Amino acid sequence: MKANWQILVVDDEEVMRESMAAWLREDGYNVDVAASGREAIELARKTDYAIHFIDLKMPGGIDGIETLMEIRRMRPDAAIIIITAYATVDTAIVAMKEGAQEYIVKPCNPEEISLLVSRIIKVKNLQRENRILRQKLTRQYQFHDIISKSPRMREILDLAGEVASLRSTVLIRGESGTGKELIARAIHFSGDRGAKPFVAVSCAALAESLLESELFGYEKGSFTGAAERKKGKFELANGGTIFLDEIGDIPPKLQADLLRVLQEKSFYRIGGNEEVRVDVRVVAATHKDLKQAVEDGAFREDLYYRLNVIEIRIPPLRERKEDIPLLAAHFVDRLSHETGKDVRQISDPAMRILMDYDWPGNVRELENAIERAIVSSRAPVLTEDDFSFLGEGAASHTFRVPDNMTIEAMEKLMIEAALRRTGGNVKEAAASLGIDRSTLYEKLKRFGIER
Amino acid sequence: MIELGLAPMLCPEGSQVSEAVMETIKEILEDVFPVRVQALPAINSPPEAYDSVRRQHSAPVILKSLLAAHPANPAKLLAVTGGDLFIPMLSFVFGQAQLGGRAAVISMARLTPEFHGFDPDLQLLLRRARTVALHETGHLFGLTHCQTQECAMRLATNIHQFDLKRAVLCPGCAAILLENLR
Repeated sequence: MKANWQILVVDDEEVMRESMAAWLREDGYNVDVAASGREAIELARKTDYAIHFIDLKMPGGIDGIETLMEIRRMRPDAAIIIITAYATVDTAIVAMKEGAQEYIVKPCNPEEISLLVSRIIKVKNLQRENRILRQKLTRQYQFHDIISKSPRMREILDLAGEVASLRSTVLIRGESGTGKELIARAIHFSGDRGAKPFVAVSCAALAESLLESELFGYEKGSFTGAAERKKGKFELANGGTIFLDEIGDIPPKLQADLLRVLQEKSFYRIGGNEEVRVDVRVVAATHKDLKQAVEDGAFREDLYYRLNVIEIRIPPLRERKEDIPLLAAHFVDRLSHETGKDVRQISDPAMRILMDYDWPGNVRELENAIERAIVSSRAPVLTEDDFSFLGEGAASHTFRVPDNMTIEAMEKLMIEAALRRTGGNVKEAAASLGIDRSTLYEKLKRFGIER
Repeated sequence: MIELGLAPMLCPEGSQVSEAVMETIKEILEDVFPVRVQALPAINSPPEAYDSVRRQHSAPVILKSLLAAHPANPAKLLAVTGGDLFIPMLSFVFGQAQLGGRAAVISMARLTPEFHGFDPDLQLLLRRARTVALHETGHLFGLTHCQTQECAMRLATNIHQFDLKRAVLCPGCAAILLENLR
């Protein structure tokens, strides 16, 4: 471990710096030496040393304290140990005030230096470990699984980075499975609200009254079952970001409530008469064409313009097929690890299948397909056989209408295929079929299709 | 076989190193390293190595003079002195070596029980002499400090830590030694 750490010894006396360097090298460190403050500053500019030993008294313009100050300016976290033969309390105080970690008087007891060095290295090791773990953690939320070489996706990530620290509302559009929530998280965590809460609400998953209490909270006794006062998602997200997924699905009354929160930055809990003020950034997402919904009268125009301050449109996977190999390799890497299987790559013919497929469920579908293939595979390489379940979709390229088929039979097949694709999710299936959820339920009942 | 020159060194301060010490060092070095030890005649520590204020001898200056006295042969050089050694930065050292280089020097001054106020003990002194000789010669063969408690390559900064070590290389250091020799 020690060889990973570099130490700089700065002293104008050759025998002093060389013997010190030799002693530290015997301990396994990588040691550089500098004969002057100027030389030390040059070296420290290029290399991030774990420890700097700096002699206090050096001729030639820049003394130890100035060298210390200059290195601290470049590297605020640098560990600096000041060495001097003429110790006085005054210089010790100056050195410590300027950020020296220690102050030693030469000749120094070897035990003292040895303990000092190992103490600093121990802290450096912990700091490094901490930084790596932190990066891993934030990457998970930040750009985790946002993997792309498509210029359009790069533009989107750049835009997300630019708007991260603004307060403006963002509307993310994209088909299901394209990663709308990942982009929302990226915007939140790379902005100045990153340390504050990120609260995600799926507006399509809940009935109107539930969604209302979910968003705004309620007072004790405001309805049957409201035994305690409960904070809503807007309050929980205070200071941070609220992510409203499937915003196109919210009913008209809630659209009006939402508009008021966006305009006034305040609301009332259900059954409450105390105004709750919040500072929340809203990021909304939808797979629907909201403009069309406005024209159809299903979505409030004023709310649409409030939400659509910054619009980000995520292209479906079929419009950025260049990303499929990259994403597939990433998922193989991650999922083989998570499932504990030793799968390392995807064969060329299998990759051709993935490239030819249309991916109506986008990146999420690709991830699920890879997971399914890994779970059932017995070899370290995924072959075309492992993806045979995609055949139904791939066959659509050479689709021919079967002879003697009724429209009703066709409809049934389409609905069954849509449900398979969405894993039984009626909302998504309805969206992909271009019909209302209620219509789909009706048809399911009529055709006797099990979900 | 690598030739290693072993020389007693006479210093202004400190007693002469005994034959018994030189002999035990020769044996342990030939036992552990692929070396043939060549006993060199006693040499004097250079006067410029002596610091009369510290009453100690500068290890870097001694190493320089050792190399100057034997410019080419033998391949490795180890001087053993009764004088106390220092490097300018530190109050003392038990020895010093050029890491992966030719020359090393060890001092018996702080290894004698008398230095720490105990009665003379030849066996203890010989054991310490073997350990310090292994340590500095290990540096000559490119070994750095080891974390293993008993290994001769562990860093000791006082005599208590020193006495926890034994005159052996741990399996890890032995493996690195083999690799360095290849």
